[in-house]
Amino acid sequence: MDIINDLRSIVTVLAFLSFLGIVAWAWSGRRRAAFEEAARLPFTEDDVPDATGASKQGKTS
Amino acid sequence: MTIQATYNYKVVRQFAVMTVIWGIVGMLVGVIIAAQLVWPELNLHEFLGYGRLRPLHTNAVIFAFGGCALFATSYYVVQRTCHAPLFAPGLAAFTFWGWQLVIVLAALSLPLGYTTGKEYAELEWPIDILITLVWVSYAVVFFGTIVKRQVPHIYVANWFYGGFILAVALLHVVNSCEIPVTLTKSYSCYAGVQDAMVQWWYGHNAVGFFLTAGFLGMMYYFVPKQAGRPVYSYRLSVVHFWALIFTYMWAGPHHLHYTALPDWTQSIGMIFSLILLAPSWGGMINGIMTLSGAWHKLRDDPILKFLITSLSFYGMSTFEGPMMSIKTVNALSHYTDWTVGHVHSGALGWVAFISIGSIYYLIPRLFGREQMHSVKLMTVHFWIATIGVVLYIASMWIAGVMQGLMWRATNPDGTLTYAFVEAVKATYPYWTIRLLGGLMFLAGMLIMAWNTWKTIAGAKAYDAPVLAPAGHHA
Repeated sequence: MDIINDLRSIVTVLAFLSFLGIVAWAWSGRRRAAFEEAARLPFTEDDVPDATGASKQGKTS
Repeated sequence: MTIQATYNYKVVRQFAVMTVIWGIVGMLVGVIIAAQLVWPELNLHEFLGYGRLRPLHTNAVIFAFGGCALFATSYYVVQRTCHAPLFAPGLAAFTFWGWQLVIVLAALSLPLGYTTGKEYAELEWPIDILITLVWVSYAVVFFGTIVKRQVPHIYVANWFYGGFILAVALLHVVNSCEIPVTLTKSYSCYAGVQDAMVQWWYGHNAVGFFLTAGFLGMMYYFVPKQAGRPVYSYRLSVVHFWALIFTYMWAGPHHLHYTALPDWTQSIGMIFSLILLAPSWGGMINGIMTLSGAWHKLRDDPILKFLITSLSFYGMSTFEGPMMSIKTVNALSHYTDWTVGHVHSGALGWVAFISIGSIYYLIPRLFGREQMHSVKLMTVHFWIATIGVVLYIASMWIAGVMQGLMWRATNPDGTLTYAFVEAVKATYPYWTIRLLGGLMFLAGMLIMAWNTWKTIAGAKAYDAPVLAPAGHHA
């Protein structure tokens, strides 16, 4: 086999291994707390403008 | 009280409103070409013939309607999950006006007959350059905002939006490589089967990244927000992202089964399309299960109805797609209306539904209102659109399988049982039902436009204050 095709095979295998690595990383217990924190990101603030808060906190333009 | 910085909602408002307007335009053109199939007399003029309007329809719904929805939601989500206003607001304004100019140029040049002939990439080279400029600006604004973030994590929705922005830039630049001969005519850099493969590498990834990854970004923000609980499994969302990134790029050859493309390339395309079923369903389950324990909210929340139904259609079309990529199934389905039905199950059921749900979520928040003008009309919109989609895809399934069977039927002596025109004639009833389904979907969009107008009229544009992350002001 020529070099270029060997390289193509190697890159494909490396891509697959890195994917398996990502899966192992995502499921490792160490990441649990960080993932839970990240999952709460959309909830760190309330985004419903209420009639009174809108004029006080926000800017109407 | 000190003057507080606010999020840049102006560009979000502009894109959100244009999503509704371009949705109506693009779907109206779709209804017109559906009617032309039933009544060919409606091909009134060469500018308005089916062949010119069909690419206008696809460009308008994908890039004008879908594109504006992606710009609006990504700009909203990236600011709120990074706790930072948009980076380079001037550039963000340029992405809005530049993108609108692209759409107007498409709406003029396609009916006039200027086209590269590449599906979903029909626009000629000067417009391609403008798209590139807008897209690079989009990337600068989006990733610049991520760099500015006040929180340690990059929320998963931003990973999907970011992947979508990078992949579309790559696809557009590679597939639009062309040699201009005049201002309005160019030729592709590639030739023969390579050109076809590059085109469908682009074409399928336009589905995978423009019409999937970007809208999954919407799912990972708006479904948890509207359900009031965090995503079901964050680590599944991480694996979902990387599985799609590693797999989608290989699936393009399934558009070229039984062509001059080498057989092994077709088989690779088929295998990777089958593998795609796993991450797609993983993501769908992750979205739907976010609602577990809060299923009752589905009963009276039309926004959740749109979002969760969109995930059901996402699951359906990502099951159907891999099945259709199997060569023996494709031998029956390819070139028939089954493909058209499959595309619309994804485009109307998944892409349009999740966009509509997200825009209904955004509009009141961008105009300082607590809710849309009429919740009841949102429910009406949901049901009329759902029935429309079901009519559309069911009629196209039947029509497609019928066409495939008629085309392949042979007599004992080996001659074809049916002339092509007999299959066309047999399809008329289904094209009529499809037109009805499309009309219902368009009617839903008109209801949305009226509801949006009533919500905005008299309301003031509202920019929410930038708040420190929860941990900082405890």
